[in-house]
Amino acid sequence: MEKTIVAKTGNEAMAEAMRQINPDVCAAYPISPATEILQIFAGFVHDGKVKTNLIAVESEHSAMSASMGSAAAGARTMTATSSQGLMLMHEVLFIAAGMRLPIVMADVNRAVSAPINIHCDHSDTMAQVNSGWIQIFSENSQEAYDTMIQAVRIAEHKDVMLPTMVTTDGFIISHGMERLEMYPDAEVTKFIGDYKGPYNVLDIKNPITAGSIVLTDYYLEFRKANRVAMANAKQVILDVGREFGKVFGREYGLIDTYKCEDADFIVVCMGSTAGTTKSVVDELRAEGVKAGLLKIRVYRPFPAQEIAAALGKAKAVAVLDRAESLSNQAGPVATEIKSGLFDAGVRVPFASYIYGLGGREIFKEDIRKVYTDLKNLAEGKAVIETAKYIGLKE
Amino acid sequence: MAKDMIEIRWHGRGGQGAKTAALLLGEAAINAGKYVQAFPEYGPERMGAPVASYDRISDKEIFIHSPVIAPDTVLVLDETLIDSVDVCQGLPEDTGVLVVNTPFNKEEVAVRLKWKGKKLYTIDASRIAQASFGKPIPNTPMIGALIGITNLMPIDAFIEDTKKKLEKKFKSKPEVIEGNLKAIKTAYEEVKKQ
Repeated sequence: MEKTIVAKTGNEAMAEAMRQINPDVCAAYPISPATEILQIFAGFVHDGKVKTNLIAVESEHSAMSASMGSAAAGARTMTATSSQGLMLMHEVLFIAAGMRLPIVMADVNRAVSAPINIHCDHSDTMAQVNSGWIQIFSENSQEAYDTMIQAVRIAEHKDVMLPTMVTTDGFIISHGMERLEMYPDAEVTKFIGDYKGPYNVLDIKNPITAGSIVLTDYYLEFRKANRVAMANAKQVILDVGREFGKVFGREYGLIDTYKCEDADFIVVCMGSTAGTTKSVVDELRAEGVKAGLLKIRVYRPFPAQEIAAALGKAKAVAVLDRAESLSNQAGPVATEIKSGLFDAGVRVPFASYIYGLGGREIFKEDIRKVYTDLKNLAEGKAVIETAKYIGLKE
Repeated sequence: MAKDMIEIRWHGRGGQGAKTAALLLGEAAINAGKYVQAFPEYGPERMGAPVASYDRISDKEIFIHSPVIAPDTVLVLDETLIDSVDVCQGLPEDTGVLVVNTPFNKEEVAVRLKWKGKKLYTIDASRIAQASFGKPIPNTPMIGALIGITNLMPIDAFIEDTKKKLEKKFKSKPEVIEGNLKAIKTAYEEVKKQ
């Protein structure tokens, strides 16, 4: 297959993926730093490069509501947002998932107010973890582009039928230009296939009720059905990731382990920081330190067993959270991993960190310090406070 | 360990094309087969306010996603910045390359910057741009100078890539295309003499 090497920002990469996916409907409202995705995509609509019906709505609550309506009427539907936009969608996200509508959304990760901040952290996505959406994080533009294409297949799989959000780190990835390998339009069209939605509420020959009231009689069963769908998503994500690898040359899984097999010290993180951590792992390996990285790609469904299996043999583990749960416990990712380790019967010296909130920079030196902490922790020389803040001005 | 990645910082004023310079160089480097990151600094940008942008260029895939704090090369698009912004921040004095767009010579600039590094270059990119395409926009000739100093990529590859890009943007203004290419070449040759 002939791949085209281009220079694209994360936002441009996601907009190009949307062009190639060519959804029937896109209902959206702009918000920084995701605005560009829609701006570029609106250009594609205007230029007739896609057949998409672009609906400019008056808020994100409406964007998700219109997306639901169109998906329920049998249209392949996409949108994009960030931060406060995603927060405003919150109510409707649950409904889209409950109604099993395979909407695909790009979310550019940004801090949430207050204080007002436009830069990257994962708080916006973390506030939606119980909504029933599949959540997939991207390390760079290439992953964002590749994952948008896979997301269509994952969301629309008959065993899943769940809305899916694909995220990038705001500004760091969304506005950073990188080398991107793009695939021919026809190959992407072939890979995603025709849209097969769960139902069509406008099909008058087969009338159905969707989103109706269900009380004590069957609500529990509906929730269980969503749980089963989310559980099924794990295998579907793996299958789609493998098939994607066969067709396009880059395989994807639930997690990505980097030099973890024999690692004494493993750092777990998500998004662009995984790349920075990779370069630290390389430096430490050259110095004889057995360092490893575990990048979580898929956060919903949460790959607890896979993570526990990868961390089980380490001498010490650190989890870097780019969001605060303000629970006075570790951050959201660290807390979930701890729960998975408990279930797997794994007891490993464990340190949790909070970093990068509101776009605070994280440098290689910061991550090196985490590995040093882990060494001290494993040797019993240090106790690491829970949710230790990295780069805090004191 | 030899450094296999070059990190570049651009200083300019809002509206001068510091971001465009970083993107233009980055895209040309990608088309020359390199791995690249190009990104501006996001702050309260206003026309005329000091801004910065960055490039990372490597033959290998780039994983790091942190800001550039210790660049190998700094380019200053507006010489009035050198009195108010610490353009040398993080630049190693022994190996760091500093390129300033200015009509003054490098001895004068070195004194103003209190910079003792040997790899200081001055180029009157605004004059070259004015003479070549009638506008004092220094970013394309500055890239020409950068390539002349660092041999980052073959100059012909950059000229060819820029030509293609400008042909799309300035279809009806061939003089802008020719002028920019001439400016790149002039700056490249002038800096080679230093």
